[in-house]
Amino acid sequence: MEGLTLSDAEQKYYSDLFSYCDIESTKKVAANGRVLELFRAAQLPNDVVLQIMELCGATRLGYFGRSQFYIALKLVAVAQSGFPLRVESINTVKDLPLPRFIASKNEQESRHAASYSSDSENQGSYSGVIPPPPGRGQVKKGSVSHDAVQPRTSADQQEPASPVVSPQQSPPASPHTWRKHSRHPSGGNSERPLAGPGPFWSPFGEAQSGSSAGDAVWSGHSPPPPQENWVSFADTPPTSTLLPMHPASVQDQTTVRTVASATTANEIRRQSSSYDDPWKITDEQRQYYVNQFKTIQPDLNGFIPGSAAKEFFTKSKLPILELSHIWELSDFDKDGALTLDEFCAAFHLVVARKNGYDLPEKLPESLMPKLIDLEDSADVGDQTGEVGYSGSPAEAPPSKSPSMPSLNQTWPEMNQSSEDTAIVHPVPIRMTPSKIHMQEMELKRTGNDHTNPTSPLLVKPSDLSEENKINSSVKFASGNTVADGYSSSDSFTSDPEQIGNNVTRQRSHSGTSPDNPAPPPPPPRPQPSHSRSSSLDMNRTFAVTTGQQQAGVVAHPPAVPPRPQPSQAPGPVVHRPVDADSLITHTSTSPQQIPEQPNFADFSQFEVFAASNVNEEQEDEAEKHPEVLPVEKASDPASSLRVAKTDSKSEEKTAASAPANVSKGTTPLAPPPKPVRRRLKSEDELRPEVDEHTQKTGVLAGVLTSQPPLPRSVGKDKKAIQASIRRNKEANTVLARLNSELQQQLKDVLEERISLEVQLEQLRPFSHL
Amino acid sequence: MAVCVAVIAKENYPLYIRSVPTENELKFHYMVHTSLDVVDEKISAMGKALVDQRELYLGLLYPTEDYKVYGYVTNSKVKFVMVVDSSNPALRDNEIRSMFRKLHNSYTDVMCNPFYNPGDRIQSRAFDSMVTSMMIQVC
Repeated sequence: MEGLTLSDAEQKYYSDLFSYCDIESTKKVAANGRVLELFRAAQLPNDVVLQIMELCGATRLGYFGRSQFYIALKLVAVAQSGFPLRVESINTVKDLPLPRFIASKNEQESRHAASYSSDSENQGSYSGVIPPPPGRGQVKKGSVSHDAVQPRTSADQQEPASPVVSPQQSPPASPHTWRKHSRHPSGGNSERPLAGPGPFWSPFGEAQSGSSAGDAVWSGHSPPPPQENWVSFADTPPTSTLLPMHPASVQDQTTVRTVASATTANEIRRQSSSYDDPWKITDEQRQYYVNQFKTIQPDLNGFIPGSAAKEFFTKSKLPILELSHIWELSDFDKDGALTLDEFCAAFHLVVARKNGYDLPEKLPESLMPKLIDLEDSADVGDQTGEVGYSGSPAEAPPSKSPSMPSLNQTWPEMNQSSEDTAIVHPVPIRMTPSKIHMQEMELKRTGNDHTNPTSPLLVKPSDLSEENKINSSVKFASGNTVADGYSSSDSFTSDPEQIGNNVTRQRSHSGTSPDNPAPPPPPPRPQPSHSRSSSLDMNRTFAVTTGQQQAGVVAHPPAVPPRPQPSQAPGPVVHRPVDADSLITHTSTSPQQIPEQPNFADFSQFEVFAASNVNEEQEDEAEKHPEVLPVEKASDPASSLRVAKTDSKSEEKTAASAPANVSKGTTPLAPPPKPVRRRLKSEDELRPEVDEHTQKTGVLAGVLTSQPPLPRSVGKDKKAIQASIRRNKEANTVLARLNSELQQQLKDVLEERISLEVQLEQLRPFSHL
Repeated sequence: MAVCVAVIAKENYPLYIRSVPTENELKFHYMVHTSLDVVDEKISAMGKALVDQRELYLGLLYPTEDYKVYGYVTNSKVKFVMVVDSSNPALRDNEIRSMFRKLHNSYTDVMCNPFYNPGDRIQSRAFDSMVTSMMIQVC
């Protein structure tokens, strides 16, 4: 859009009208409402109005930004004067009268028109330097009227802090509109979802409500009017003056740059840029930033290294501490270099800071690098429309975006806690750009450390809080046993935590009882401790498993995988021996100890169910094994391996069940979780067993190429694995249900216990008699 | 949970030290200072040949009746020292590790800032907020 030259009076008038129309203070005015009313009041034929709207670009944008509005008003004036409507006419037609709007409010506007033209000469007398004040509003406000006062020529040498308190000049008539403005913005301010300017919007809201009452003493009070006016002007001046201000600091740079900055500054001046929130970058600003970027780094897709950026921004003469903070905010991926987007954000923040804005604590959304080529950016369409450079941000980061996903993986590895990533954190989710950046900031951090507090993420907080709650619950529950468990299993810290978290997470998900996430009372203690111990068991079993696996692979590659055993071992009720594998009968003894615990009527059903799952799996395996076994001459050593493994497992089972039996006498609470854990363990064991089995069958396939049954076995293998996965999932859901039931039982038992204790207390006095 | 967090440079001067505001914060400073000896001892005990395998997390440096002091040292000999309250029995080793991990991450971010000169005091707001979150955790 070409520049729009407005006279002082026009400037005031237009801005006044704009703020009048901008009832929501969003700095963009929808085409309906007051704008239409206004245009109708201009008494122009409808098609002319439409033409005006089209010319000013509102139809393109869908709304009236400040510049569009001003152009529209100018065109109205052109039309009213009888000149043909053309885009060039807004600048070429000289001495246009102000557009006349004949409506209910027209007296005010005409009054304004008169007053503005009369006031234009008064403006000059008030140009003074008022120190930036209590509000940045002063600065903002000042810059607009500053624009009006100063001719557009001296772009480079103006200081930002020269707010002209022009509203003081406005005649008594203006308070009407000002009051309206003040009320509206104060209402609008509270609604604004601004991250950065949020803090200082509210003071202005308060200021307005206070000042709206003092309309009568308008001219007498200097603070209220400027604030109100600032609010009603609200937006742009920062952008309009931001640009020229920075050139002041880069005077020692190349002449080309200063010329460019001067021209762009002039453009800005002429055309009051429109933006929704103070942190949005306008097209002109963006162009300027891009040009500056090019002077440092010709490749727009490249990076500016930290040292170059440091030199560049140091020229802005901001204190190092603030520059450091700006860097922290703008270097989104924390790589010590700035992309185009990051550079623009940093530049914008520097400019804002120089104009008196406080730096936000977090990067405002509009400044975040727009990585829209990542998936699921649903809102990007809107944002790209508003930020004129939508094209380039899309391409600028493509060089980075491939690295972004890799960042997500490399960061976890950089933090020596890669083992935590699998469980503790949810999958990195790419969503809207704002979420993307938050995501990346999160993921960059500990790469899924569940206790990461550094970024209050949209998605993460729920998980974080859940994790925290889980951890807290675990902490509450864990007593000395846990501490010992951890100290002893220091090398297994990742696994127990992983499994424990998995377990706890499962528990929290499945638990219908509300106490699960954070059980303050001590009674829930046994469960997490069981989880700990069981997870330690799992480590042992894993060690055994891996040991077995290695032995099997090394000694006898074609050895039959010991799959049936572990599936049998946890299967507490193995009633169906598999024909091909006589070893399974060994395992059938150990699980039978478990059903002896009387509290688990429910559990036995579950066991049957699980056993049926398991047995079905075994039958699949069994079918394969007879095929393989006859071929294998090494079956004996394999079977011996399996026996050893089974024995170790049965030992573990006995060991596990023994303390369970013992504890059963002491606390009825202890046993319930144990079979659950064992079940879990079995499921987990089954999975590695499945993997192991697939490995073995793969090896088998490799070795016994001449065997026709092999392709069949591989195919069946896949099916078997899928079937087992399905069954495992079903088992999981059953487990979860069981868990909730057990929780309920636990609570009931606890209540009974409490009531019993109370009775005991009551009866105790009598015992002395 | 952490009562005091300190980042000590290679030359054993503090880059950052922050405590929960209580009376007599100086005692925390003193504890951190004395813990440096223990840190050095642990580092040297690992042996020079094992410098690659040396784990960054040093563990409990020494306990007192009220507090426990944990240590962590980076490969550039920057030390993180954390003093925690002993009264919290459920503070697990893993959590301490994760807290140090976060510290380390934030520290690297501070390092990446070109406006930060290594050896300066750390004045990053992000770092501060991270430490604050560690010190005011829900127990």
